[in-house]
Amino acid sequence: MTETHRLYVKGKHLAHQRGKRNTHPGVSLIQIEGVSSPKEAQFYFGKRVAYVYRAKKEIKGSKIRVIWGKITRSHGNSGVVRAKFRSNLPPKTFGASVRIMLYPSNI
Amino acid sequence: MSAVTKEIGGASNGGKRVIPASKASKWYPAEDIPALKKARKTVRPAVLRASLKPGAVLIILAGRFRGKRVVLLKALEDGTLLVTGPFKVNGVPLRRVNPAYVIATSTVVSVDSVDVSTFTAAYFAREKKSKKEGEAEFFGDDEKKQKKVISETRVTDQKTVDTALLAEIKKVPALKAYLASSFSLKKGDKPHLMKF
Repeated sequence: MTETHRLYVKGKHLAHQRGKRNTHPGVSLIQIEGVSSPKEAQFYFGKRVAYVYRAKKEIKGSKIRVIWGKITRSHGNSGVVRAKFRSNLPPKTFGASVRIMLYPSNI
Repeated sequence: MSAVTKEIGGASNGGKRVIPASKASKWYPAEDIPALKKARKTVRPAVLRASLKPGAVLIILAGRFRGKRVVLLKALEDGTLLVTGPFKVNGVPLRRVNPAYVIATSTVVSVDSVDVSTFTAAYFAREKKSKKEGEAEFFGDDEKKQKKVISETRVTDQKTVDTALLAEIKKVPALKAYLASSFSLKKGDKPHLMKF
């Protein structure tokens, strides 16, 4: 098996924060792999999140693009967290995976 | 108000007189001039978290050397950390890193024997490019094609630090191999439960 070089934790973009009828696309809900309680989620508060995707057109010689964001706080009791992105993640990313970086570090 | 004593001529004038150093204005300004705000804030040196002590082994989280384990030599005055691989062990040179992009491990190497007094933020500052006019400069012909040459002082400094540090590293079994290996997350790893 080849060695991995992953330095981020995987997460899933679940949905935008929402009420019964209204959605709030400014806040995205993210489920982090291996996190199942608000206490465990606490480690990730403030950490940077990246949604990495591929697009057709090259920009600066790369078809890979990133939307950066930040984990703000926990959401509910199952370890889901809220995150804010520089530009809101579009609804078609629901279910897509995001990268939770280990920085800014406080260890 | 400071005052000046002046000698005064004339027998009946008392000899000397105390006069204000600057003459008082004949008039008051019609509008009050607002008093300038006093700057009460001062620049204080950055406070690092307790785990970042000289000698600690760090994991670099981002940038060209992400995943590498390095030795922290000292904290520089500009709030960054001076680290080295050592270069001979894992290819990380003497370098400044931002403490936000670093995980401190519980492993500690003794760095008392390493002389780091020459390294300051100014040591690592980039040389300013001389602004030359001309077409060749404008199209970036010569500079980009030339490979960046590492200055000799950097090379010798790296060697002296490395030899001192390697002597310390060799005292601890498996430490050299540990520094040479890189950190990464595998399937199912939970960094929030890890003890670094």
